[in-house]
Amino acid sequence: MINMEEISRYLKQYKGRELTFMEVCGSHTAAVIKYGIKELLSDQIHLISGPGCPVCVTPSAYIDRLIALAKEPNTYVVTFGDMLRVPGSRQSLSEAKGEGAKTKMVYSPMDLLALAKENPGITWIFAAVGFETTAPVYTLLLEEAEKAELSNIKLLTALKTMPKAIEWLINQGAAPDGFLAPGHVCAITGSSYFNDLAERYRIPFAVSGFKDTELLAAIYGLVRMSEKHAAGVKNFYPSAVEDTANRTAAAKLNTYFTVCGAVWRGMGMIEGSGLCLKEEYRRFDAGSLAITEDTKKNQGCLCGEILMGKKEPGDCPLFGGACTPGKPQGACMVSCEGSCYQHYIGGI
Amino acid sequence: MERITMEHGGGGRATGELIESVFADAFSNEILSAMEDAAVVEGSAHIAVTTDSFVVTPPEFPGGDIGRLCVCGTVNDLLMRGAVPKYLTCGFILEEGAELAMLRRIVRSMAETAREAKVQIIAGDTKVINGNGGLSINTTGVGFVPEGVSIHASNSRAGDAILISGNIGDHHAAVLSSRMEMKNTIKSDNAPLNEIVERLCESGVEVHVLRDVTRGGLATVLKELAISAGLRFEIEEEKLPVDPQVRDFCGLLGLDPLYMGNEGKLVAVVAGKDAERAKKIMQNAAYGARAERIGSVFAAKEDFDRGKLVLHTKIGGKRNLDVLQGEGLPRIC
Repeated sequence: MINMEEISRYLKQYKGRELTFMEVCGSHTAAVIKYGIKELLSDQIHLISGPGCPVCVTPSAYIDRLIALAKEPNTYVVTFGDMLRVPGSRQSLSEAKGEGAKTKMVYSPMDLLALAKENPGITWIFAAVGFETTAPVYTLLLEEAEKAELSNIKLLTALKTMPKAIEWLINQGAAPDGFLAPGHVCAITGSSYFNDLAERYRIPFAVSGFKDTELLAAIYGLVRMSEKHAAGVKNFYPSAVEDTANRTAAAKLNTYFTVCGAVWRGMGMIEGSGLCLKEEYRRFDAGSLAITEDTKKNQGCLCGEILMGKKEPGDCPLFGGACTPGKPQGACMVSCEGSCYQHYIGGI
Repeated sequence: MERITMEHGGGGRATGELIESVFADAFSNEILSAMEDAAVVEGSAHIAVTTDSFVVTPPEFPGGDIGRLCVCGTVNDLLMRGAVPKYLTCGFILEEGAELAMLRRIVRSMAETAREAKVQIIAGDTKVINGNGGLSINTTGVGFVPEGVSIHASNSRAGDAILISGNIGDHHAAVLSSRMEMKNTIKSDNAPLNEIVERLCESGVEVHVLRDVTRGGLATVLKELAISAGLRFEIEEEKLPVDPQVRDFCGLLGLDPLYMGNEGKLVAVVAGKDAERAKKIMQNAAYGARAERIGSVFAAKEDFDRGKLVLHTKIGGKRNLDVLQGEGLPRIC
């Protein structure tokens, strides 16, 4: 059994072949910066950030659609805080407020229930973004809305799932030597969720938690697997992640949602990488299926390439100049889990 | 239940009764009781003046209320220039429908805190507006700066020690918990910091900068001080005092205690040689029990080093800290 001190020493003194690992969870990106993890690795080990922040991968057409809905009479668009500042093709929701867009920020989608009950004359549309982790929460909202017979709650969905997007990245040639698999996602899906990818593409996956030691242990796991040319999924977050899926969450997702294509900012439409409402629940949908493409606000923005791990935030000509958290040009600079935002505020 | 009505703001009988029964009673002192249009008070050569408006919701929260807060906030701002706080004025903006019993509790709490902070409330005003039963308070504070005291934001020097007077993030976490109806025992730290400042200044410790750590949190305050002095500030994550419950609360919501507001904490930048003594003094003063030295000030080696704030993480990494961006919202996944 190796201890933390030995792991730290190993990672700092590693002199083997150059290795690049991609984290595909926004919380991992944030934690890597928060704990200063890159400082603790040898120059031979690189970490790059993939498309793991749900806000960052939301295409501008989706924001445009939210703005249009928020301007309709008797309609409110309800979001998490980050979404308000994400740029659409012309403006963000928060900028559109001055032009009559009606928005409300909540901490939980469940807050919609009270809003809808108290204001039956208003349609409440939730900007339902998120990955496998967030999607089950929306099923709880729909369940309650059905029970209470509320017809004034709708979702504009931009729900994403990881495996097809990772496969797309690999096929685009952005293949790293291994993936830090998202711990929160795996808590819902089980670590076996990535088995198929790991086997078919012979790439190591390490499921990681979000503490400094958990990240180091998972990175160590990836280095060791790479050295042995071993593929497969290793779970370094057993306190929260099991091999198999959380059955309750999976059942609820299957009830309301079905697999569909999804548009990723900077990456475009990827078949099978999203979740949308099933036919029988389409009455809750606010037009999500009409969103099929992505347009850039600022042509210089490298958000797409950065999300694919092909470029670092510092490579973007706009980074830190035209694009800052105060006036973001791309979504990676908006969300507190975006890689540009994290590099801007925490980079050494 | 008695509530505030528009008549209470009309300037007639109801206004008179409100002032008499709620404010005059609680704040009574010779200057205020004269009910003049302006208070005339004794002065000093160097006068510190500050003003602040308080709009917190809910107005009563675990560990405090807007009344205590509006005294502490303004008194602490005066103290941060090394001034001895003397007088406060207060302006109440009451919303129609505000509960009179709540107003009484808040006013009483204000009076009590003013006594604790050794300030007199010498002038006031009340207005009533349409609304939903809330209230806002503005306080202006006046204090006297003793001869020879020079404490200001750009006064940090290379070799100085950085100290914090206690746990960070408590107020923010308490208000947020209350707003989100989360059950925990986190309490606001709202408190007047007179004793810490008085004792530090009397002790002969070379105090260069004092700043209260309010909105924006510790990181924002230190970054501003680093920029203002053109020096490099370094702090140790391991030394940062954070209540375990606040830490867990932040973890749950994706918040960072470094960016969360307090209402009864200060940062002191003192000469390095006085660091240990300053820490002991703070620890023995009211509201300073968990005071800690958290870092040091360095000369900027290169231009890009100026105004840098670096955090040494527990595990040995490094991270740049900037001022708070946006509003510090809970994360979504």
